Amino acid sequence: MNFSIEVMLQLTIVIPLLTIVGIILANNRPNIREGITISASILLLFIVTSLYQSLLSGKNVNVFWWDIMPNLSISFSIEPLGMLFALIASFLWLITTFYAIGYMRSHQEENQTRFYSCFALAISAVMGIAFSDNLFTLFVFYEVLTLSTYPLVTHAGTEKAKQGGRVYLGILLSTSIAFFLLAIAGTWFITGTLDFKQGGIFNPDVDKAIAGALLVLFIFGIGKAAIMPFHRWLPAAMVAPTPVSALLHAVAVVKAGVFTILKVCVFIFGLDLLAILPTTQFLLYLAGASVLLASIVAMRQDNLKARLAYSTISQLGYITIGALLATSSGVIGSSMHIATHAFGKITLFFCAGAILVAAHKSKISEMRGLGRQMPLTMIAFFIGSLSIIGVPPTGGTWSKWFLLMGTIETEQWILMVVLMISSLLNIAYLLPIPFHAFFSNPLPEKHDASSSNHESVDLASNVDQSQVQIKEAPWPSLLAIGITTFGCLFLFIYPQPLFDLATAILASGQ
Amino acid sequence: MISHLPILQVIVPLMAAPICLLLKRSQLVWLFSLFASAIAFIISVLLLQQVMTSGVISYELGGWEAPWGIEYRIDKLNAFLLLIISAISTVVLIAAQTSIEKEIPKEKHTLFYILYLLSLTGMLGIVSTGDAFNVFVFLEISSLSAYALIALGQDRRALWASYQYLIMGTIGATFILIGIGLMYQMTGTLNMQDLSQRLPEVAQTRTVFTAFAFVIVGVCLKLALFPLHLWLPNAYAYAPSIVTAFFAATATKVAIYLLIRFTFTVFGLSFSFTTLPLQGLFLLLGLTGIFVASSAAIYQNNVKHVFAYSSIAQVGYIIVGLSTSTITGLTATLLHLFNHALMKSAIFLALGAVVYRLGNVQLSSFNGLGRQMPLTMAAIVIGGLSLIGVPLTVGFVSKWYLLTALLEKGWWPVAILILLGSLLAVIYVWRIVEAAYFKKPLADSVPVKEAPLFFLIPIWLLITANIYFGIDTRLSLQVASAAAQSLFGVSP
Amino acid sequence: MIIGLFNDWVVVVLMMIGLYIVIAHGNLIKKIVGLAIFQTSVFILYISMANVEGGSAPILAEGIKQFSNPLPHVLILTAIVVGVATTALGLALVVRIKEAYGSIEEEDIQHLDNKTQDETEIQATEGDQS
Repeated sequence: MNFSIEVMLQLTIVIPLLTIVGIILANNRPNIREGITISASILLLFIVTSLYQSLLSGKNVNVFWWDIMPNLSISFSIEPLGMLFALIASFLWLITTFYAIGYMRSHQEENQTRFYSCFALAISAVMGIAFSDNLFTLFVFYEVLTLSTYPLVTHAGTEKAKQGGRVYLGILLSTSIAFFLLAIAGTWFITGTLDFKQGGIFNPDVDKAIAGALLVLFIFGIGKAAIMPFHRWLPAAMVAPTPVSALLHAVAVVKAGVFTILKVCVFIFGLDLLAILPTTQFLLYLAGASVLLASIVAMRQDNLKARLAYSTISQLGYITIGALLATSSGVIGSSMHIATHAFGKITLFFCAGAILVAAHKSKISEMRGLGRQMPLTMIAFFIGSLSIIGVPPTGGTWSKWFLLMGTIETEQWILMVVLMISSLLNIAYLLPIPFHAFFSNPLPEKHDASSSNHESVDLASNVDQSQVQIKEAPWPSLLAIGITTFGCLFLFIYPQPLFDLATAILASGQ
Repeated sequence: MISHLPILQVIVPLMAAPICLLLKRSQLVWLFSLFASAIAFIISVLLLQQVMTSGVISYELGGWEAPWGIEYRIDKLNAFLLLIISAISTVVLIAAQTSIEKEIPKEKHTLFYILYLLSLTGMLGIVSTGDAFNVFVFLEISSLSAYALIALGQDRRALWASYQYLIMGTIGATFILIGIGLMYQMTGTLNMQDLSQRLPEVAQTRTVFTAFAFVIVGVCLKLALFPLHLWLPNAYAYAPSIVTAFFAATATKVAIYLLIRFTFTVFGLSFSFTTLPLQGLFLLLGLTGIFVASSAAIYQNNVKHVFAYSSIAQVGYIIVGLSTSTITGLTATLLHLFNHALMKSAIFLALGAVVYRLGNVQLSSFNGLGRQMPLTMAAIVIGGLSLIGVPLTVGFVSKWYLLTALLEKGWWPVAILILLGSLLAVIYVWRIVEAAYFKKPLADSVPVKEAPLFFLIPIWLLITANIYFGIDTRLSLQVASAAAQSLFGVSP
Repeated sequence: MIIGLFNDWVVVVLMMIGLYIVIAHGNLIKKIVGLAIFQTSVFILYISMANVEGGSAPILAEGIKQFSNPLPHVLILTAIVVGVATTALGLALVVRIKEAYGSIEEEDIQHLDNKTQDETEIQATEGDQS
């Protein structure tokens, strides 16, 4: 491999695209098709890691494709935050592919070729977002990501899936076109550039009211960050098959949202300007409200995936708060939380999917006593929960620690309390699930099909039988769960590389 | 030869039309029309090149010197429009023979091509001439052939739509005639260049105001500006598919060209936008048009109706761009003329392919088509995305420029409204996508095959152009901004 | 003053009559008649604009010093031709409409159209349900 870094950077975007061609060509041969996906994801992970190495050695890379309009170009570069995001996404793509093979096959989903192609397209878009050198490039790939995940959300093709897809596309596309695009155009109009630059691109003497308004437009416009009141798409997207929920709606799509917010806060506004804008405080409270409300709503959800979805909304609020705090510990906490939450949440979703596949259960109330049949899954679920809550020995501890430090540094006492309460709420809605699974007896059986979720209706036709024969999920899925769980623990023991990347964000380019 | 290009541009299709009568077989007629249109296209390319390098071309018809004789005056704006019209006409013609075999009785095929060529002649004539009365004559040539073309539609509602269009169109054209007459009365000239020099002397008279009002209302009738758009949806929906594809991309564009020509060149910027309240009026009508027409599009069940209403909404965007009366705004307008022509012709051609296979374009017949006609449906999806203004399509480029123009003016609320308006496009486009990809075919429907090759080639040519010019904007942007600058009298 | 503008008044009155017929009458033939009147008013506008006081017809002959401006005459000849063509096409369309709908009253046609529209929509919704 003697490719120059430039070529490798472009390959991260091109490889998933080429994968699509392969997937479509191998349409009727599932084994070859999945083989292509796996080898592509391994290759991608390899390339991203070597890019990471070159970043560590301090090389600067800039790739310029072409100008779409004068001064608006599609171009890419590597910086620590994007590197972090790309590493997570490419690593989890590999893991999720393993998981998806087990899941999709045992669930006998249709249209698997469409599924894998759109998945690869989404990954390509994520790479584009991660390595974009300016806001314009980022916006282009942001939209590609929205559109490419729409077929994944509506994968089942049922009325409910279409409904979910409509909400999904409606909110994401509307916010991005109505607010995000306007904010970009406004920024471009005021500053004349959209390049990401350390310390921001606004003049320090810019009209604070206008810049504040732009910030509001950005935060609302980046609908993928699911700040209330634009969070409805995330629960709606939970109709998608679990691998989609896992990778895209717990990791890639929402993380693309908060990643964009971080990018905008750090590289468009700059922390100094951000701290003095009149609207920052308002947005901080909004994000705080989002954290609290989503946690409360999550407690009331009986559908496991819906509960996890609201939990995600709440955790995204943490990251947004960290970005808006405009201090270095806030930014470090936020970027670390992108990683730790990704591992924690994907574990939880994998478990939810495994339970659905193996036990055909999607309601939390039905999962009592399940720990005896699926001990491994439930242990993984327990560890994932710990990571989300932020207690040792999991990676979530570090990121939450930095976020709390951020609130203390800036003397945002209310927000500090919000974060504490929310963590308590996390305990209240996550831990009872594994607890009841291990230490409670199943509720008296209700065998009517109406009590089970629609996803399982067709598969749970013979409920009695499946009740008796619950086993662990298929081995590829279990393996995936094992790896991500291990990831949660690993990030606690050895957070140094992650921390280094996060601190490098503010130092880069200076 | 090169020096006669401006007149050849109009003469070629005009002469080709009667020759069609001599060729009996409809295949031959088709090939010949395609050939004529392709020549017109080549001429327009040459003209554009010439104009971009060496400036305005003035051609005196019959050697009579302007302002007495008729002058054909090609500047950047005309050349750009000529290119759009002849290119779309040629591409659309590729599919014509296949499409009309299903939609028009055999004995009328020759007639169809003659009318098509005449209509093309009319449009090219309107754009290339520099004489105000000549505009009227060409306008009527293109309109009369348009009425007849629309009446060729299968459905009997085509007749009624054509009749309504005839009434509205004639009123519009006559209004323009009155306006031109009054201008002549005041200045004694019909040459546009001459008019623009003489009008300022008499600008503050009531007659000139009246002339202006008549011309603008007449042109707005033709370009289907809200609330003068009532003729358009039915005319587009019931005309033969080829005709719709051609007209949706070009007819309103020509009218917009006239509007630009009259407001900017003939009456002059300050008269049109400062002395008279055209700015506020255009802004208001444009915005209302966007919202009313887009909302109407959402509730249509005939897909051709959906996109016909969307055309009215797009005219709204174009008019909003004009109302800024800045160079950026005008650039956005001209870009959108080009881009919208690309999107709409592709979409309507794809709908033509659906008609070819299914016989109708009711939304319910689209159920499950995504599987049966994947390429055609993919074209509609991309065209629709372009209409919404998703990045990497042409729609985004013009929307971006429109936004910049509005922000330049400081019209933030308008910018927000424009973006909200484009959300309505998401809804009506997505109704079709959902039907095509996520609904089961109707129980009684017969499975159909992919559209024939002669449809797919032009459709995908246009779709490729949609994406290409969304990524590489150099050509369209350069010409549009050069044209806009020259209209403002700024030398680029 | 009023008499001096006699021609203009005629033009305006004819124009209004024509437009009124087009808008108010439901009979398609009458609409076309209205359209023709409307167009005629414009012809008169052009012709009267060409008139030069005391001038004769624009024929080059001996003894004629002052003559009307011939250009509007020429222009309006073209416009008359266009007008005739429009009327002819309009009438032809009316004939076809009569054949297709069995009526030349706007109301009837609208009614018939609404019916077909409803039918296709009912079919569509039935299809959706099935």
